[in-house]
Amino acid sequence: MRVMVVWCPDWPVVAALADEGQPTHLPAAVFHANLVQAGNAAARALGVRRGMRRRDAQSRCPELKVYAATPERDARTFETVLAAVEEQHPGVAPLRPGMAALRAPKRVSGGEPAAAALLAERLVGLGVWDSRVGVADELFTAEQAARRAPEQDCHVVAPGKSVAFLRELPVEVIEDLDAISLLKRLGIRSLGELADLPAAAVRDRFGSKVAWVHRVVGGAGAVPLATRTPPPELARHVDFEPPLENAETISFSVRQTADRVVAGLAAQQLVCTEVRIEAFCEGSSYDDPASSRDWLHPRWFTAADLVDRLHWQLQGAMRNGQSRGGEIRSPVSRVLFTPVTVVPDAVHADGLWGGTDERVQRGIARVQGMLGHEAVVVPVLQGGRGPAARQALVPWGERPTGLRPAGHPWPGSIPPPAPARVFASPWPAEVVGPGGRPVAVDERGAVLGEPTRFRPEPRGGWHPVASWAGPWAVEELWWEQGTRRVARFQMVGVDGRAWLMTWEAPGSWWTEAAYD
Amino acid sequence: MQDGTPSSMPLATHPALAGLVQLRAGASYSTDSATLALALLAGPSRAGGWCAAVGVADFGAEAAVALGVDLDRTVLVPDPGEQWLEVTAALVDVATVVLVRPGGRVAPSAAEKLSARLRKRGAALVVWGEWPRCEARLTATEPAWSGVGNGHGHLRARRLVVEARRGTAPPRRGALWFPAEDQSYRAVEPVVTPAVEGVA
Repeated sequence: MRVMVVWCPDWPVVAALADEGQPTHLPAAVFHANLVQAGNAAARALGVRRGMRRRDAQSRCPELKVYAATPERDARTFETVLAAVEEQHPGVAPLRPGMAALRAPKRVSGGEPAAAALLAERLVGLGVWDSRVGVADELFTAEQAARRAPEQDCHVVAPGKSVAFLRELPVEVIEDLDAISLLKRLGIRSLGELADLPAAAVRDRFGSKVAWVHRVVGGAGAVPLATRTPPPELARHVDFEPPLENAETISFSVRQTADRVVAGLAAQQLVCTEVRIEAFCEGSSYDDPASSRDWLHPRWFTAADLVDRLHWQLQGAMRNGQSRGGEIRSPVSRVLFTPVTVVPDAVHADGLWGGTDERVQRGIARVQGMLGHEAVVVPVLQGGRGPAARQALVPWGERPTGLRPAGHPWPGSIPPPAPARVFASPWPAEVVGPGGRPVAVDERGAVLGEPTRFRPEPRGGWHPVASWAGPWAVEELWWEQGTRRVARFQMVGVDGRAWLMTWEAPGSWWTEAAYD
Repeated sequence: MQDGTPSSMPLATHPALAGLVQLRAGASYSTDSATLALALLAGPSRAGGWCAAVGVADFGAEAAVALGVDLDRTVLVPDPGEQWLEVTAALVDVATVVLVRPGGRVAPSAAEKLSARLRKRGAALVVWGEWPRCEARLTATEPAWSGVGNGHGHLRARRLVVEARRGTAPPRRGALWFPAEDQSYRAVEPVVTPAVEGVA
């Protein structure tokens, strides 16, 4: 299936100007938190850049039209564009305000470029001068193609050529500023170079979003996904009593429901890429939604995405009578989310090995729910002398703090190999020399008596010593009250098993670890 | 389970164990040695998978790293108490390979249920102890440490004979350096053919 993406660049600015009936050639910018969020071509020509402060932007361009960022206005104005596209091609799915996806028409004389030209012409009729179309095998590539198309034109990526096209793109298309910055510092400038990295390393270092891009560039995204029809019980609705009028209130009230939709899918290891959102008005039957629309997502819907899409849809349906998403004239009594297309989250999230970070998070949260937060731990290495001191267990999800640096020399530590078993609390043990006299260590660190037998476990049997090494004597915590004077020994029994045993002044033995 | 289904997909296995055992998704393996258990975790972990250990309160993190386990993708549940089987089942969803030290006897039916889950998730189970149905049982025998004398030296290298039993087939045996003098974990060289030696 070929996908066509229609992109109207700088949509927030276009929407703001259109809302006020201003001509589109004026320099204008939309600000959020006093920073430029979007500017149009005229503003850019005068030096206004994204992320610039308002004062700087206005000093470069005094006649700049300043608008506050209003996502509802963007969504509402985009409704007219969606309606126009839908007149020509049914089945339009909005991706976000300013961008919509549709199935590329198969039988149009002149092919895909001709269909795109017809669309652009229709949009110019609406006063949207700048629209670009991208056509490719799948959504991500089509979106990138649209971004590379000239004004009122289209960029077609031939079937099967997605990977070659994506590999040439700069890493900036990832839209994750931290990841882009890091990738550039690592010398990775194109998606092709990113795709050459090992998948596990990308996922660990950059998170699931970049890992997803990595997989798409690797060719996985171009394969048609094994979509399936979701079972009806995955749909979730919320009733409002009394019915609500305000889009903000409704959006706020559906948050838990959106969470339940995503959690219900997650419980079956699914994610949703297309969802139908329906709103029912007071007094209408449940077969006849006042507003209904299918939304596509380039990756998959999170709960926050669902709430956003509902908000946009309501904004359109409440204020614009011509909205294709229906019309809402009375208070809303019910909102229904129905997943239309779901895919196994493994397809979206992991390659051959392991799971997504989300899946790991969910699985571990389940164990934490059974046993408590502290029960799941992550081992980390640190510096120290005894094997137990050289590792620490940090509860899952917490940042390890107060670790001793591992790189420094630790005089008195035991040379490798490290023991495979390190007891959380040492076992009481006994080591004796000839005649059953306990072995001890004197002030200078010399061994008094030759070990001949030892008992590593409190109720275990005695083992004759085959060979032994040590002592590694240290005074632990000598800078504090309650100095511990300890000496460590490696003991090998005649059965070939080796133990790490510790003598502690004045005369007790412990088993700290086993070279099992 | 037939060969060729995704559940019998081979998982990465530590190179030292090559020829003795090949981990497969959906199967269970039992061992009696902590080092061998860690070595079985190390294969999938090196390949980028997650690993988990349930009921292993004496996890030697440094030894695990030396074998190639990536601690960044390792989670431990040292003290699962009575719920160790449920916790293991939950972690099968997360990790490619799960190490468990059973907290009690396991009924064959419970093991079969867990096995179905392993096949579904493409994970492998490593049991440090007894388990009703295992693809292979690994036993470490004849450990011989070198480098340590009577009050001098320190443990340097260990030669270990590992025996892998699969069902009623005759066991496979292999001698391993676990670790060798250079702290690598590898098989004691099999008989080297002169031709290969000449090339090297």
